[in-house]
Formats: sequence, C-alpha cells, structure tokens
Amino acid sequence: MADLMLFLTSQPIDVQALAAFVHAPDRGGVVTFAGLVRDHHAGRRVLSLSYSAYEPMAEKVCGEIRREAESRWPATVAMTHRLGDLAIGDVAVAVVVAAGHRDVAFEACRWVIDELKRRVPIWKRERYADGTEAWVDPTAPQGIVEVMK
Amino acid sequence: MTRHVVRLFARYAELFGNDQVDVMLPSSATVADVIAALRELPGGGSLPASPFVVVNMVKEQPAAPVKAGDEIALLPPLAGG
Repeated sequence: MADLMLFLTSQPIDVQALAAFVHAPDRGGVVTFAGLVRDHHAGRRVLSLSYSAYEPMAEKVCGEIRREAESRWPATVAMTHRLGDLAIGDVAVAVVVAAGHRDVAFEACRWVIDELKRRVPIWKRERYADGTEAWVDPTAPQGIVEVMK
Repeated sequence: MTRHVVRLFARYAELFGNDQVDVMLPSSATVADVIAALRELPGGGSLPASPFVVVNMVKEQPAAPVKAGDEIALLPPLAGG
C-alpha cells in the first residue's frame, strides 16, 4: 500500500483526511497528535516560523518510522509534517494511529512523534516580536541559535 | 583527488553562504576528511565538534568512506515536529 504516501506538505494539514488513511472497521482506537505553532519560545514572543527539510531524506526516514511502528505494534500509522512559512496556531505536524485497542494506539503514537523529532531532517527558523530571528537548536543554550543580521 | 559536493541546510547553509559547497579529497577519503575540509572553508570554524554527516541519506561515522558520486550532506541539529 502506501509507500506511495508522501509525508511532507507545503499545504495546511487536514488532520481529518490524515485520519481517513488509517481508518479500518476493526481498528476502533484512533489516537491523533497534532503539533501546533506556539506563540512563545526561549522567553520570546514568536510571530511566525518557517520549516525547511532535506526533503528526500525526510521522506525516507518518515517511511522508515512508519514501517517500524507498524511492525512493532498492530497499528496503522499516518504522519504529515508541513514545510514553509507557518503562522501561530497552524498545525506543523500530525500523527494519527489506529489500532484495535487504545493502549496500542497511544503507545505507538507517542513513539512515532518522538522518533520523528529525533530522526527526521527538518529545521525550524523562528521570527520573534523583538525583531530577532533564530534557528531552533535543541543542543544550544536556550534551544536557539540567533541569526546575526 | 576527487571533487565532492556537500549539501548544506538551514543554519549551515547560512553559515557557508550557499546550499552546497565543493571539497577536493583524495580518492580514499572518509567522512572525517570531508569534515576537516569543511572546517577550512569560511564559516567552517563554527562547526561543532562532531558534525552530523549523512552519506546517501544515511548518518555515517567519521571513519566511513566516501566515494565519487556519493550524496553527502551536513545537517544541523534537527528541529522538526
């Protein structure tokens, strides 16, 4: 089936459409995670942000994560990450997992989003209300590296 | 000597002023050689102690070989999701 599925999009994410991918009459436990753009980070007010990716590798790694999840749990998994310019409140990433029971669905969904954040080559650049901009870097002090202008 | 293209992303593309750079390496080169060559370029001094290098979209350790035609990329710390 859906190794034809693309995981990256430049369009607004339709979480309901993503859920339709995993629907099956025998999978009654459906867990959805949506990560939205927040209005604050590192003590600054965020105005907007942009996501970029090493796209072929990001697609490949998302596919690997999905296959790994579906082999670890009796579940069906879908995920999408948005690229480009996003506004506060936009859905940046969504993961939907359907399983026969909720325990599996919750566990698999948590694992997928954690793996996505750990392994998928995507980067985030934030624009702040104080006029500064920064790359998000979980390894840096305060989690950002400010862009020098 | 072989010319290798290294793809750059996000903060590193800004650091090096381009989304790719060329490095010249001997034919039996490793990822460590790629990193050393990048450190010599303008902006390269800011790279971390253990940069994240992928070869053909797979993360590789410094001892891994690189050969002509490999797709090499230098990735900043990931920040998706």
